[in-house]
Amino acid sequence: MAKHRGRGMASINYPIGMNLGGDPSQALVHSNPEGKFTVTLSAIDLGQGMKQVTRQIAAETLGVPIADVYVDTADSDTGPHDMGSFASRGTHRVGNAVMVAAKEARGVMLEAAAEELEVNAADLETDGRGQIHVKGAPSRAISVKDVAVAAQFRQGKTIAGRGIFLIPLSEVNAETGEMTPVSCYAHACLVAELEVDDETGEVAMLKMTSAYELGRAINPKMVEQQLVGGAWMGMSHALYETPEPYYPDIAHGPRDYNEYVMPGPADICPHDIAVLERPAPDGPFGGKGPGEMCANPVLPAIANAIFNAVGVRIDELPITPEKVLRAIKAQGGARPQGTPGGRR
Amino acid sequence: MLEFRKDYFQDERDDRLNEVGQPRQRQDMLGHVTGRTRYFDDHAFEGLLHLKVLRSPHPHARLRSIDVSAAERSAGVKRVIRAADVPVNKNTLLSLIGFGKDDEPLLAVDKVRYKGEPILAVVAESEAEAYAALAKIRLDCDPLPAVFDVEEAIKPGAPVVNETYPANTFEYHEKYNHQKLRFGDVERAFASADFVVEERYQMSPIEHAPTETNGSIAAPETNDRFVVHTCTQALFFSLGTAAKLLDLPSNRLHFIGGTVGGGFGGKVDSLTEPLAILGAMLTGRPVRYVLGREEEMLYGCPRGAERHYIKDAVLRDGRIIARKVTSYFDAGAYTRLSSYGAVKCIAHLPGPYTIPNVHADSYCVFTNRTPATAMRGFGITGVDFALEVQMDKLAHKVGMDPMEFRILNAYRDGDMKAHRRKAHNCALIECVQVAAEKAGWPIRDEFRRMNSLTGGGGERAVIPATASDEVGRIGTGRPASTTPPRAPALPIAPPPRVPQPVAAPPPPVPPAARPAAAPTPREQPKPAVPGPQHGATRFSSVFGTRRR
Repeated sequence: MAKHRGRGMASINYPIGMNLGGDPSQALVHSNPEGKFTVTLSAIDLGQGMKQVTRQIAAETLGVPIADVYVDTADSDTGPHDMGSFASRGTHRVGNAVMVAAKEARGVMLEAAAEELEVNAADLETDGRGQIHVKGAPSRAISVKDVAVAAQFRQGKTIAGRGIFLIPLSEVNAETGEMTPVSCYAHACLVAELEVDDETGEVAMLKMTSAYELGRAINPKMVEQQLVGGAWMGMSHALYETPEPYYPDIAHGPRDYNEYVMPGPADICPHDIAVLERPAPDGPFGGKGPGEMCANPVLPAIANAIFNAVGVRIDELPITPEKVLRAIKAQGGARPQGTPGGRR
Repeated sequence: MLEFRKDYFQDERDDRLNEVGQPRQRQDMLGHVTGRTRYFDDHAFEGLLHLKVLRSPHPHARLRSIDVSAAERSAGVKRVIRAADVPVNKNTLLSLIGFGKDDEPLLAVDKVRYKGEPILAVVAESEAEAYAALAKIRLDCDPLPAVFDVEEAIKPGAPVVNETYPANTFEYHEKYNHQKLRFGDVERAFASADFVVEERYQMSPIEHAPTETNGSIAAPETNDRFVVHTCTQALFFSLGTAAKLLDLPSNRLHFIGGTVGGGFGGKVDSLTEPLAILGAMLTGRPVRYVLGREEEMLYGCPRGAERHYIKDAVLRDGRIIARKVTSYFDAGAYTRLSSYGAVKCIAHLPGPYTIPNVHADSYCVFTNRTPATAMRGFGITGVDFALEVQMDKLAHKVGMDPMEFRILNAYRDGDMKAHRRKAHNCALIECVQVAAEKAGWPIRDEFRRMNSLTGGGGERAVIPATASDEVGRIGTGRPASTTPPRAPALPIAPPPRVPQPVAAPPPPVPPAARPAAAPTPREQPKPAVPGPQHGATRFSSVFGTRRR
């Protein structure tokens, strides 16, 4: 009886946004008379950071500091239509709608600034710190606040914008499956290292190492939050979770967190992550979205690492100790497969 | 630990940005970490009522009679809501975008199709009184044979789960019982391969397990509208679903949400909003309907189970020349979103690899279990598990390093995908290279030098000659009648009649059961009338039944 170390890998891609498109999002952006902006949406923040991602995209597009932008969501009386927060569509779809709206608002803001400075709007740029100045002549400047006051009380202009983003719905061919499912994909490769106890069938995670390509990372800390949490969920899917442990038998359904088995803090492991950014040609600043796909490579990487450790293939999720132990016994004991890729 | 590899794809990015790319603190963070963030259930209403539902004790049964007389007299009960009270008691979620036929009632009519299916709702002054009233309902039903396995469900003679789809499969394009993917000639490739590997994979259902269970509070407003505080993941999707079921103009509903205590896909199905609003309509008072933990776990719609058969042809040098996949998505008793997931699977195959011959059939199958729904990675997570374990087996078979095997077969810019669109913006090879480097997993130089930008296209962009077939045409296999004869050999024997308090057929609901005087204006929803089906007409059908 012994514990056997193993490691395995998997690589995946993931479609961003609703398959086949047809999932519009709208956004409204407006300024108050002091040059402080509100982005109004009906998109949902599930904890993934919808509000903050759109806030940064709006601030970048408007050319104002992040502190001058807040996002208001979701009220069906004030927020324009959005399909919903699912299918990794938030950053890409809602982000694009916010960009369109913010560009329109920025256009009005620069027109109003041009009138105050008596220059051409095309000659103006924002410094991202609350000032608008003539390109190449930072001293010929006006603050966003003064522009907003002027627009509201002197010029009678609304510094506001409307945005929508829609990928038109694709047909699907009944005979061949020909279709245009999505416009961009995120990518990942993950290595799982673990230990299998051939006496109990239990699997202990030791380490995960990964590379994720997500397009532009709009907020690196929120990317990290998604990738770390998502990998835990992937690990939980691989080794623990199901309401039907003997599927397709519906018996033994869990009624609470005591009966629904999930990993605890002691079961997770270090995760070393690299992020690559190949911008999506049609994403906001090239953004794609890490939301769903970050969990996906973990499941097969763990299954492959278990094979590497003890030589059994478990092709049914979740990979419970019972399944591992039965497979090891059926094979007549653990058969370690050596170290793929050489040293550990 | 997280590092950015800015050296990759550097010339495709302008990194001189002020806010994008910065690790800014979230605007809602302080509220979350101090417990001040307001969720749907943090809204207090005077005179708040509580709604609970009676759920089916059987996975499949005919409803004979329901006696609610004792429940209606039970302390604190304001209203018992029956199927007949629901204005339009049949819906399918994707009808809002024009996919599929209405196949699911809000409250069961005549028959229950899964254990836990809502039959009646009780609205009472407190949750305890609602539960006490539910316990007094006398339900009499005849259990029917049930089917739980996707492959058993599509056999001739299997119990019919959902009469809208009598063959237990979703109907694609009003033509086939599955979605097809056809690209090249897999059979010829199997004949010329060095190795053929055929395997079966399965994923059990998975519960979203959000900290906050599904729920909503609906309250009548003085302006002839209803305000609804909800944890939905899709505000207008849920608003549209409720408006359809309740036959209300959409502007009479005011949905407020936006901050959700965990979703993961489990809060798209609008499980609670329609009944909470109906309760508010019928009582004139605010009504709260929140799933308990057990309800959330067992009847709150999980990630659906999947079964995949993969057969691959591979050459000794590691190139995969054919991939044939048969996928079964277990929808449970009603379609919800599973029809969509099965097509997303087809769009995803054969995975991020360039394989010249691909053939796949993807089925959305009805069984007598809790309806499945979307979950993080919907239509892909289970497929990726199957594909990547299969890739590991293939690498082992040909004696290649699994990293190098992925790089060899990876898709590159310009390659033709099986759904007949060219790949662009690829980065699989680079992810494999970086992960290998970080993990100290050596790969040979020739594989380290490969990249996604070069080597694609050309011959790899050609759409091969492809034959079509009529396999799975609707109406050729099983009888299309809604009640095919029951075969003697059933996958699951019908359970014995469970002794239940037997009651006479229920009397019609007396109108006097409603409160004589309501504190605020209330209204009667329009009665359910058979009529033209609701649904969007502005979209053409892309894979389901066209809605008219």
